[in-house]
Amino acid sequence: MDIANQLTLALEQAFGPSAIIICLAAIGLNVHFGYTGLLNFGQAGFMAVAGYGVASIVSTWGFSFWLGLLVGLALTVVLALLLGIPTLRLRADYLAIVTIAAAEIIRFVVGASSLRGYFGGQDGLQQYTGSFFALNPYSSQMGGLGLSWSKADFWIMTVGWGLVVLFSLMIFLLMRSPWGRVLKGIREDEDAVRSLGKNVYAYKMQSLVIGGVIGGFAGFVSGLYQSVQPTNFATDITFFAYTVLLLGGAARVLGPLAGAVIFWFLISFLDNFFSAATSGDNPLIPTALMSHQQASLMRFVFLGVALMLLMIYRPQGIFGDRRELAIDGR
Amino acid sequence: MAADTPTAAEDMSTVARQGLVDVEHQPGAKKPDPIVVADKVVRKFGGLTAVDVEHLEIQRGVITALIGPNGAGKTTFFNVLTGFDRPDDGKWSFGGKDIQGLSAYQVARLGMVRTFQLTKVLSRLSVIENMLLGATGQSGESIWQAMLRPLWGQQERDNTERADALLKRFQLDAKREDFAGSLSGGQRKLLEVARSLMVEPELVMLDEPMAGVNPALKQSLLGHVKSLREDGMTVFFVEHDMDVVRDISDWVIVMAQGRIISEGPPEAVMSDQRVIDAYLGAHHDAALSVEDEDAILAAAREEIEAAEEQESHG
Amino acid sequence: MRVRVTAVSALFLGVLIAILVGGAAQAGGVRAASGNPADLTEAAAPKCPREKIASKDDVIQIVGQLSDTRTDPCTPVSGVKISVEDAENGEVIGEATTGEDGTFVVPLPGAAIDNLGRTVTVKIDEGSLPKGSVLTDPSDVENTKRIVIEGNISFTFPIGPDPSPPTPVWQRVIQLLVTGLIFSSMLALGALGLSMIFGTTGLTNFAHGELVTFGALVAFAFDAGVGLPVLVAGVLAVVVSGAFGYAQDAALWRPLRRRGTGLIAMMIVTIGLSIFLRSLYQYFAGSDNHNYSQYATVEPFSVGPVDVTPKELLVTLLAVVVLVAVTQALQRTRMGKATRAVADNPALASASGINVERVISVVWIGGTALAGLSGFLLGMTQGFDFQLGFKILLLIFAAVILGGLGTIWGAIVGSVVVGVFIELSTLVIPSELKFAGALAVLIVVMLFRPQGMLGRAERVG
Repeated sequence: MDIANQLTLALEQAFGPSAIIICLAAIGLNVHFGYTGLLNFGQAGFMAVAGYGVASIVSTWGFSFWLGLLVGLALTVVLALLLGIPTLRLRADYLAIVTIAAAEIIRFVVGASSLRGYFGGQDGLQQYTGSFFALNPYSSQMGGLGLSWSKADFWIMTVGWGLVVLFSLMIFLLMRSPWGRVLKGIREDEDAVRSLGKNVYAYKMQSLVIGGVIGGFAGFVSGLYQSVQPTNFATDITFFAYTVLLLGGAARVLGPLAGAVIFWFLISFLDNFFSAATSGDNPLIPTALMSHQQASLMRFVFLGVALMLLMIYRPQGIFGDRRELAIDGR
Repeated sequence: MAADTPTAAEDMSTVARQGLVDVEHQPGAKKPDPIVVADKVVRKFGGLTAVDVEHLEIQRGVITALIGPNGAGKTTFFNVLTGFDRPDDGKWSFGGKDIQGLSAYQVARLGMVRTFQLTKVLSRLSVIENMLLGATGQSGESIWQAMLRPLWGQQERDNTERADALLKRFQLDAKREDFAGSLSGGQRKLLEVARSLMVEPELVMLDEPMAGVNPALKQSLLGHVKSLREDGMTVFFVEHDMDVVRDISDWVIVMAQGRIISEGPPEAVMSDQRVIDAYLGAHHDAALSVEDEDAILAAAREEIEAAEEQESHG
Repeated sequence: MRVRVTAVSALFLGVLIAILVGGAAQAGGVRAASGNPADLTEAAAPKCPREKIASKDDVIQIVGQLSDTRTDPCTPVSGVKISVEDAENGEVIGEATTGEDGTFVVPLPGAAIDNLGRTVTVKIDEGSLPKGSVLTDPSDVENTKRIVIEGNISFTFPIGPDPSPPTPVWQRVIQLLVTGLIFSSMLALGALGLSMIFGTTGLTNFAHGELVTFGALVAFAFDAGVGLPVLVAGVLAVVVSGAFGYAQDAALWRPLRRRGTGLIAMMIVTIGLSIFLRSLYQYFAGSDNHNYSQYATVEPFSVGPVDVTPKELLVTLLAVVVLVAVTQALQRTRMGKATRAVADNPALASASGINVERVISVVWIGGTALAGLSGFLLGMTQGFDFQLGFKILLLIFAAVILGGLGTIWGAIVGSVVVGVFIELSTLVIPSELKFAGALAVLIVVMLFRPQGMLGRAERVG
């Protein structure tokens, strides 16, 4: 087994477009959950409306890609308002259930074969990204330090990591301001913040919109990388983003970034490892124990366990501060 | 805070207290200068009427205590007045302005600020951040200006100065940078009161300020509450500790089973037969086992309220 | 303490794995899940198995697959005539018949470069479809695409049941009502379990769907793996489910409660558990749809205008009997009263001498057993795969919330509303969107009556 090669592949994944998608989704969730304490379980829905917004504007309606981006963003704002108006006054777990339900509704609708003319059914929409790749300054494979990516991927990475840096800077500036202080206060105890004369509902709504829009950018990148398909916006993606956030540490500006890189490195490495360990004539792991197909499930098994253990033992993330944990038992 | 030469605010509070001399010792008595006037406030939970207040006035510039046995509806009444709960019926005003139907935050902005029975400090924010959150009218709290520090930096410095002065006054300056969650129960109460002062309130409503505070801190907290009056603020507080009530309040209102049953200065109220009956209940001549049961129920109810607070918090 | 926890968890994991291996041995093989890290989500979405059709250099091929979506996974449809025409002049440029795997390949004449930019129409000869089948989407008969890339141009044609002869609306309404009620009865079992656990512990359990699947899988292991009669396997599945519930509470939730872990944190733990269990199920039982060895196909009989199978009647009857028994037990027995007391107010219940932890333990046993029964019955009526419970989890949530979180009757009433609504909604919206419709109703109800239909408005602040 070529461990060095597997590490290389895993590193390529850790910095590749997949990591960017999950990182952006997690930055959005960090605003929701990490700073405001809002349980948005429908980040996949925000990604889907943005991704499908641009794809449908281009493929179905024949307008320009750039207009599509604006429409996609407008749709994420509308979705945030639609979800927020009924639920932000209710208990935290209600928001969780409404958002997850909304994300599933969106996935059902865009995947419906009766609406295939608009959204392409289960096949989704492809080939709407020409305007984006026309701007690609790279003409060949790019990389360094033994890692390399295709020119298309590298262009997505350039823009994608650019967005990550931009949003991280924005979160940094926002969260050190009095505005961020109000959000953090709401996370700790919204009644206390209310008693100090802050319009908690308005702040929660702003948080939901901002995090949702950042999630929308995750949807854009997802569409650029792998076309838009209902399966790319399943509920699982939201939960992966939560894992990434908790791994890197919620309410930390760079938490999602660290989390996404580590997450994708581990997931890809596990995948490559078990894949290699179960293939060939004389596999490392006997076929009776684990077939090649079963190997591809190992990452989900580890993912589930990791999410549980993180939440139980290190809710402040792997780089977290023990001081915070000492305060309350949560 | 006992000064040799009385300030203007202290003068006012003395006048306000003198105004109470002529007030009848009756539920719903008219006050010469009321800051809060409530009429026919009713709050029901299912079949249970938790609050049924016919008429109530709270005198400006004095310390008024709200007492009553467990389950009398004191906290619910507090919640309704401050917009944290919606009544089934009723109207009330603050400083002459009708405020029923207003949200909790709007009530607070008008200058009617409350604390909670179970202290609500913001655990994972530092003590100074807790304080700064209390300041009103911050331009940096607007999403459009938040990212640009120059737009709110000066205001933030002013607020920090004010917060530091308050921390010093409440002897919390040593804890300035600590997480609020690491404070002791008494320090949390102090922080909550200090934080509410950042809002620059006219009326401070304290829900059991002395609960869970150790005796040493209790004295200092009492001093602080009195000093609020000297600063010209009105204080309205719920308390169980009769010594505290007797010590600091100028006027006492007694609630039982949702109604106001008595009003008056502390000594008068505590000798009122209606109050004694309410506290001892109809069972006060029955067998011991019933009293035991009551005690257990009261303890349980407190636990429930604690759990409910916790739940709405978690 | 820690030692005991580890021992219990080892025990239940052992049981779980042993049972699943039994099931997997019978299931025979595991279908491929994608190995590309980019498709993390693929395993969660049901799909028709796609045949890979090799592309040829420098030739553009029109390829496609016909599959019957009435079964899960889809079955390929062979012997259907396909023609490809130039969309501009209507000239037929190729013809083919679908093969055994349902696929067809029509190479376009000429080099790839010549065909770029051409628009082709693929037509199906509807007459050659098997009897009783039509295209799910009738507009699929003609399907036009512009050729913009080299390589295979792919088309899919989902095929479903022939709806003819058209039935009168009232008859359809009654049929849908009956179908809805049958589904409701099983949904209610799952919802009642979720509601009981939520009521006593406050836990919003996102792994509840996996408890439903657990019942179906364990029954399958006893049926196909051990060879017991299906009904016996079902009973055993409920018993094992109950044990699983006990073990889960003892090994995981009770220690977390003791540590004072917050409800939100626990909710996220349930998500991890859900992903973990679901992957384990798929690991051992594969991605295929399974049916129990008996009662897999039963001829329906007609009662007036309604078609039902004896199996469906039996399942519904059983579900209703259990629901009545459980609700009666909650109303009348000591344990039931204690349960409701804990749900009402744990602190007060504890103060009145009720052993809250014991009640919670019993509720976990009961709730998981109900979920397991629900899974077994669902498996009986419609077959199951590793994500049986995951697919209906949100419907269970919808039922519980519609009825009123934590209320016993609410869960049942909510289930009936959700189950019947799902079926009746297909009169107006495409049946593929019926789940979406139910979830939309959930959101609307929360807007106007967040405490649910039977719930009481709660005290705030």
